[in-house]
Amino acid sequence: MWNSPAEFFAMGGYALYVWCSFGVCLAVLLFEPLSIRARNKAIIRRLKQEQLAEQFDKEGSQ
Amino acid sequence: MTDTNNFDKNRLVNWFKLSSPSTFYPVAGKLIPFFWVLTAIFGLAGLWVSFFVAPVDAVQGQGYRIIFIHVPASWMSMFIYLVMAAWAGLGLIFNTRLSAMMAQALAPIGAWMAFLSLWTGAFWGKPMWGAWWVWDARLTSELILLFLYLGFIALQASIDNPRRADKAGAILALVGVVNVPIIYFSVKWWNTLHQGASVSLTKAPAMAQTMLLGMLLMALCFWMYTIAVGLMRVRAIILEREAHTDWVRQLDEVKV
Repeated sequence: MWNSPAEFFAMGGYALYVWCSFGVCLAVLLFEPLSIRARNKAIIRRLKQEQLAEQFDKEGSQ
Repeated sequence: MTDTNNFDKNRLVNWFKLSSPSTFYPVAGKLIPFFWVLTAIFGLAGLWVSFFVAPVDAVQGQGYRIIFIHVPASWMSMFIYLVMAAWAGLGLIFNTRLSAMMAQALAPIGAWMAFLSLWTGAFWGKPMWGAWWVWDARLTSELILLFLYLGFIALQASIDNPRRADKAGAILALVGVVNVPIIYFSVKWWNTLHQGASVSLTKAPAMAQTMLLGMLLMALCFWMYTIAVGLMRVRAIILEREAHTDWVRQLDEVKV
Protein backbone atom coordinates (compact mmCIF):
# COMPACT_ATOMS: atom_id res chain seq x y z
CA MET A 1 0.00 0.00 0.00
CA TRP A 2 2.85 2.38 0.85
CA ASN A 3 5.67 2.65 -1.67
CA SER A 4 8.02 4.70 0.49
CA PRO A 5 8.29 5.96 4.08
CA ALA A 6 7.71 9.52 2.77
CA GLU A 7 4.42 8.44 1.27
CA PHE A 8 3.44 6.84 4.56
CA PHE A 9 4.14 10.01 6.53
CA ALA A 10 2.33 12.16 3.97
CA MET A 11 -0.88 10.10 4.55
CA GLY A 12 -2.23 11.02 1.13
CA GLY A 13 -2.30 14.73 2.03
CA TYR A 14 -3.95 14.21 5.42
CA ALA A 15 -0.69 14.17 7.40
CA LEU A 16 -1.63 17.08 9.69
CA TYR A 17 -4.97 15.56 10.68
CA VAL A 18 -3.89 11.94 11.02
CA TRP A 19 -0.65 12.62 12.93
CA CYS A 20 -2.18 15.27 15.20
CA SER A 21 -4.88 12.76 16.16
CA PHE A 22 -2.57 9.81 16.75
CA GLY A 23 0.16 11.97 18.30
CA VAL A 24 -2.07 13.63 20.89
CA CYS A 25 -3.66 10.27 21.63
CA LEU A 26 -0.27 8.71 22.31
CA ALA A 27 0.81 11.70 24.43
CA VAL A 28 -2.32 11.47 26.61
CA LEU A 29 -2.05 7.70 27.01
CA LEU A 30 1.60 8.04 28.10
CA PHE A 31 1.04 11.05 30.35
CA GLU A 32 -1.62 9.36 32.47
CA PRO A 33 0.31 6.34 33.82
CA LEU A 34 3.44 8.50 34.31
CA SER A 35 1.52 11.05 36.36
CA ILE A 36 -0.02 8.26 38.48
CA ARG A 37 3.43 6.81 39.10
CA ALA A 38 4.67 10.21 40.27
CA ARG A 39 1.64 10.53 42.55
CA ASN A 40 2.24 7.06 43.98
CA LYS A 41 5.89 7.82 44.69
CA ALA A 42 4.96 11.08 46.42
CA ILE A 43 2.48 9.28 48.70
CA ILE A 44 4.98 6.57 49.62
CA ARG A 45 7.68 9.16 50.34
CA ARG A 46 5.27 11.04 52.61
CA LEU A 47 4.21 7.88 54.46
CA LYS A 48 7.85 6.90 55.02
CA GLN A 49 8.69 10.35 56.37
CA GLU A 50 5.75 10.15 58.75
CA GLN A 51 6.96 6.80 60.09
CA LEU A 52 10.50 8.12 60.48
CA ALA A 53 9.21 11.17 62.33
CA GLU A 54 7.29 8.92 64.72
CA GLN A 55 10.35 6.77 65.34
CA PHE A 56 12.44 9.82 66.18
CA ASP A 57 9.68 11.02 68.45
CA LYS A 58 9.66 7.71 70.36
CA GLU A 59 13.44 7.56 70.66
CA GLY A 60 13.55 11.18 71.80
CA SER A 61 11.03 10.65 74.57
CA GLN A 62 12.83 7.62 76.03
CA MET B 1 -8.28 -8.55 59.99
CA THR B 2 -7.72 -12.29 60.38
CA ASP B 3 -11.06 -13.02 62.00
CA THR B 4 -12.91 -12.44 58.72
CA ASN B 5 -10.79 -14.97 56.85
CA ASN B 6 -12.82 -18.04 57.77
CA PHE B 7 -15.76 -16.80 55.68
CA ASP B 8 -16.32 -19.31 52.90
CA LYS B 9 -12.89 -20.91 52.63
CA ASN B 10 -13.99 -23.43 50.01
CA ARG B 11 -14.38 -21.00 47.18
CA LEU B 12 -11.54 -20.31 44.76
CA VAL B 13 -11.85 -16.56 45.00
CA ASN B 14 -13.59 -14.97 47.91
CA TRP B 15 -15.16 -11.87 46.39
CA PHE B 16 -16.23 -10.48 49.75
CA LYS B 17 -12.68 -10.60 50.97
CA LEU B 18 -11.46 -8.90 47.80
CA SER B 19 -13.76 -5.97 48.42
CA SER B 20 -11.59 -4.83 51.32
CA PRO B 21 -8.86 -2.34 50.29
CA SER B 22 -6.17 -4.21 52.25
CA THR B 23 -6.64 -7.44 50.27
CA PHE B 24 -7.37 -5.73 46.98
CA TYR B 25 -4.22 -3.56 47.04
CA PRO B 26 -1.67 -6.40 46.54
CA VAL B 27 -3.92 -8.28 44.09
CA ALA B 28 -4.26 -5.15 41.93
CA GLY B 29 -0.49 -4.71 42.04
CA LYS B 30 0.01 -8.21 40.63
CA LEU B 31 -2.59 -7.73 37.88
CA ILE B 32 -1.22 -4.43 36.50
CA PRO B 33 1.77 -5.81 34.50
CA PHE B 34 -0.49 -8.45 32.95
CA PHE B 35 -2.86 -5.79 31.62
CA TRP B 36 0.03 -3.65 30.34
CA VAL B 37 1.29 -6.60 28.29
CA LEU B 38 -2.19 -7.10 26.82
CA THR B 39 -2.39 -3.35 26.06
CA ALA B 40 0.89 -3.53 24.15
CA ILE B 41 -0.08 -6.66 22.20
CA PHE B 42 -3.49 -5.35 21.14
CA GLY B 43 -2.07 -1.87 20.50
CA LEU B 44 0.70 -3.06 18.20
CA ALA B 45 -1.61 -5.45 16.34
CA GLY B 46 -4.27 -2.71 16.06
CA LEU B 47 -1.81 -0.10 14.74
CA TRP B 48 -0.42 -2.60 12.26
CA VAL B 49 -3.89 -3.34 10.88
CA SER B 50 -4.84 0.39 10.97
CA PHE B 51 -1.90 1.55 8.90
CA PHE B 52 -0.70 -1.41 6.86
CA VAL B 53 -3.60 -3.81 6.33
CA ALA B 54 -6.81 -1.75 6.14
CA PRO B 55 -7.33 -0.49 2.57
CA VAL B 56 -7.62 3.17 1.67
CA ASP B 57 -11.17 4.58 1.82
CA ALA B 58 -12.84 5.30 -1.52
CA VAL B 59 -14.29 8.64 -0.40
CA GLN B 60 -12.06 9.89 2.41
CA GLY B 61 -8.67 8.68 1.20
CA GLN B 62 -6.05 8.09 3.93
CA GLY B 63 -7.74 10.65 6.21
CA TYR B 64 -10.27 8.08 7.39
CA ARG B 65 -7.57 6.27 9.41
CA ILE B 66 -8.44 8.56 12.33
CA ILE B 67 -11.42 6.21 12.80
CA PHE B 68 -9.11 3.66 14.43
CA ILE B 69 -8.66 5.83 17.50
CA HIS B 70 -11.74 8.01 17.26
CA VAL B 71 -14.28 5.19 17.54
CA PRO B 72 -12.53 3.23 20.34
CA ALA B 73 -12.03 6.45 22.36
CA SER B 74 -15.71 7.35 21.93
CA TRP B 75 -16.86 3.86 22.90
CA MET B 76 -14.65 3.86 25.96
CA SER B 77 -15.78 7.34 27.03
CA MET B 78 -19.38 6.08 27.17
CA PHE B 79 -18.59 2.64 28.55
CA ILE B 80 -16.31 3.94 31.31
CA TYR B 81 -19.06 6.32 32.38
CA LEU B 82 -21.49 3.41 32.80
CA VAL B 83 -18.94 1.37 34.76
CA MET B 84 -18.05 4.39 36.90
CA ALA B 85 -21.72 5.08 37.65
CA ALA B 86 -22.25 1.39 38.48
CA TRP B 87 -19.35 1.40 40.98
CA ALA B 88 -20.55 4.70 42.44
CA GLY B 89 -24.08 3.27 42.78
CA LEU B 90 -22.77 0.11 44.47
CA GLY B 91 -20.83 2.30 46.88
CA LEU B 92 -23.96 4.27 47.64
CA ILE B 93 -26.11 1.18 48.23
CA PHE B 94 -23.70 -1.09 50.11
CA ASN B 95 -21.57 1.64 51.62
CA THR B 96 -18.37 -0.11 50.50
CA ARG B 97 -15.26 2.02 50.42
CA LEU B 98 -13.55 0.21 47.57
CA SER B 99 -16.37 0.67 45.04
CA ALA B 100 -16.36 4.42 45.60
CA MET B 101 -12.59 4.41 45.15
CA MET B 102 -13.00 2.50 41.86
CA ALA B 103 -15.44 5.14 40.60
CA GLN B 104 -13.00 7.85 41.59
CA ALA B 105 -10.14 6.05 39.83
CA LEU B 106 -12.08 5.67 36.58
CA ALA B 107 -13.30 9.28 36.24
CA PRO B 108 -10.03 10.82 34.92
CA ILE B 109 -9.56 8.04 32.33
CA GLY B 110 -13.12 8.58 31.13
CA ALA B 111 -12.52 12.31 30.92
CA TRP B 112 -9.37 11.74 28.85
CA MET B 113 -11.25 9.35 26.55
CA ALA B 114 -14.02 11.92 26.03
CA PHE B 115 -11.36 14.56 25.33
CA LEU B 116 -9.63 12.26 22.82
CA SER B 117 -12.94 11.50 21.16
CA LEU B 118 -13.62 15.23 20.69
CA TRP B 119 -10.03 16.02 19.70
CA THR B 120 -9.71 13.28 17.07
CA GLY B 121 -13.24 14.13 15.91
CA ALA B 122 -12.20 17.75 15.34
CA PHE B 123 -9.16 16.65 13.35
CA TRP B 124 -11.39 14.38 11.32
CA GLY B 125 -14.20 16.90 10.88
CA LYS B 126 -11.94 19.66 9.58
CA PRO B 127 -10.83 17.91 6.37
CA MET B 128 -14.13 16.06 5.79
CA TRP B 129 -16.80 18.58 6.83
CA GLY B 130 -14.71 21.74 6.63
CA ALA B 131 -15.27 22.60 10.30
CA TRP B 132 -13.41 21.75 13.52
CA TRP B 133 -16.62 21.94 15.48
CA VAL B 134 -20.35 22.11 14.84
CA TRP B 135 -23.15 22.22 17.42
CA ASP B 136 -24.42 18.87 16.22
CA ALA B 137 -26.42 16.62 18.57
CA ARG B 138 -23.73 13.96 18.84
CA LEU B 139 -20.82 16.36 19.32
CA THR B 140 -22.71 18.42 21.86
CA SER B 141 -23.82 15.42 23.92
CA GLU B 142 -20.25 14.08 23.92
CA LEU B 143 -19.05 17.49 25.16
CA ILE B 144 -21.63 17.27 27.96
CA LEU B 145 -20.19 13.84 28.84
CA LEU B 146 -16.75 15.44 29.22
CA PHE B 147 -18.27 18.12 31.47
CA LEU B 148 -20.01 15.42 33.54
CA TYR B 149 -16.66 13.71 34.14
CA LEU B 150 -15.03 17.04 35.03
CA GLY B 151 -17.97 17.89 37.29
CA PHE B 152 -17.68 14.54 39.07
CA ILE B 153 -13.94 15.05 39.65
CA ALA B 154 -14.39 18.68 40.77
CA LEU B 155 -17.29 17.85 43.09
CA GLN B 156 -15.34 15.08 44.81
CA ALA B 157 -12.27 17.27 45.12
CA SER B 158 -14.28 20.11 46.67
CA ILE B 159 -15.65 18.06 49.60
CA ASP B 160 -13.15 17.45 52.39
CA ASN B 161 -14.84 14.45 53.99
CA PRO B 162 -14.11 11.51 51.62
CA ARG B 163 -17.24 9.54 52.57
CA ARG B 164 -19.46 12.54 51.87
CA ALA B 165 -17.55 13.24 48.66
CA ASP B 166 -18.26 9.63 47.57
CA LYS B 167 -21.98 10.05 48.15
CA ALA B 168 -22.29 13.40 46.39
CA GLY B 169 -20.20 12.14 43.46
CA ALA B 170 -22.28 8.96 43.20
CA ILE B 171 -25.51 10.92 42.88
CA LEU B 172 -24.03 13.15 40.18
CA ALA B 173 -22.68 10.10 38.32
CA LEU B 174 -26.03 8.29 38.47
CA VAL B 175 -28.03 11.31 37.27
CA GLY B 176 -25.53 11.79 34.43
CA VAL B 177 -26.16 8.25 33.10
CA VAL B 178 -29.14 9.68 31.21
CA ASN B 179 -26.66 11.34 28.85
CA VAL B 180 -25.11 8.08 27.61
CA PRO B 181 -28.12 6.79 25.61
CA ILE B 182 -28.60 10.32 24.31
CA ILE B 183 -25.08 10.24 22.84
CA TYR B 184 -25.52 6.75 21.48
CA PHE B 185 -28.87 7.35 19.79
CA SER B 186 -28.28 11.01 18.85
CA VAL B 187 -27.45 10.07 15.27
CA LYS B 188 -30.80 8.30 14.99
CA TRP B 189 -33.02 10.72 16.86
CA TRP B 190 -31.82 13.89 15.19
CA ASN B 191 -30.56 14.87 11.79
CA THR B 192 -26.88 15.15 12.46
CA LEU B 193 -23.85 15.99 10.41
CA HIS B 194 -22.12 13.15 12.23
CA GLN B 195 -22.45 9.84 10.41
CA GLY B 196 -24.49 6.95 11.80
CA ALA B 197 -23.06 4.15 13.92
CA SER B 198 -20.11 2.44 12.24
CA VAL B 199 -20.80 -0.85 13.92
CA SER B 200 -24.33 -2.06 14.52
CA LEU B 201 -25.44 -5.12 16.43
CA THR B 202 -28.48 -5.64 14.25
CA LYS B 203 -27.18 -5.29 10.69
CA ALA B 204 -24.09 -6.37 8.84
CA PRO B 205 -21.15 -4.00 9.28
CA ALA B 206 -21.06 -1.31 6.61
CA MET B 207 -17.28 -1.45 6.26
CA ALA B 208 -14.47 -3.67 5.10
CA GLN B 209 -13.72 -6.59 7.42
CA THR B 210 -10.14 -5.45 7.91
CA MET B 211 -11.29 -1.96 8.99
CA LEU B 212 -13.62 -3.55 11.53
CA LEU B 213 -10.79 -5.79 12.75
CA GLY B 214 -8.49 -2.79 13.22
CA MET B 215 -11.14 -0.92 15.17
CA LEU B 216 -11.88 -3.89 17.42
CA LEU B 217 -8.18 -4.46 18.14
CA MET B 218 -7.73 -0.81 19.04
CA ALA B 219 -10.85 -0.95 21.20
CA LEU B 220 -9.41 -3.98 23.05
CA CYS B 221 -6.14 -2.08 23.50
CA PHE B 222 -8.00 0.90 25.02
CA TRP B 223 -9.96 -1.49 27.20
CA MET B 224 -6.87 -3.17 28.63
CA TYR B 225 -5.23 0.25 29.04
CA THR B 226 -8.26 1.46 31.01
CA ILE B 227 -8.06 -1.53 33.36
CA ALA B 228 -4.28 -1.13 33.85
CA VAL B 229 -4.46 2.62 34.53
CA GLY B 230 -7.61 2.21 36.64
CA LEU B 231 -5.87 -0.35 38.87
CA MET B 232 -2.80 1.89 39.15
CA ARG B 233 -4.88 4.86 40.21
CA VAL B 234 -7.06 2.89 42.62
CA ARG B 235 -3.88 1.74 44.38
CA ALA B 236 -2.74 5.35 44.78
CA ILE B 237 -6.18 6.32 46.11
CA ILE B 238 -6.16 3.37 48.55
CA LEU B 239 -2.78 4.43 49.91
CA GLU B 240 -3.93 8.02 50.34
CA ARG B 241 -7.18 7.16 52.03
CA GLU B 242 -5.93 4.30 54.21
CA ALA B 243 -2.71 6.07 55.19
CA HIS B 244 -3.69 5.96 58.88
CA THR B 245 -4.19 2.16 58.98
CA ASP B 246 -1.76 -0.45 60.24
CA TRP B 247 -1.75 -2.56 57.09
CA VAL B 248 -0.46 0.40 55.02
CA ARG B 249 2.33 0.94 57.55
CA GLN B 250 3.29 -2.74 57.27
CA LEU B 251 3.60 -2.63 53.47
CA ASP B 252 7.08 -3.39 52.15
CA GLU B 253 7.24 -0.20 50.13
CA VAL B 254 6.21 1.98 53.09
CA LYS B 255 8.08 0.28 55.95
CA VAL B 256 11.17 2.07 57.22
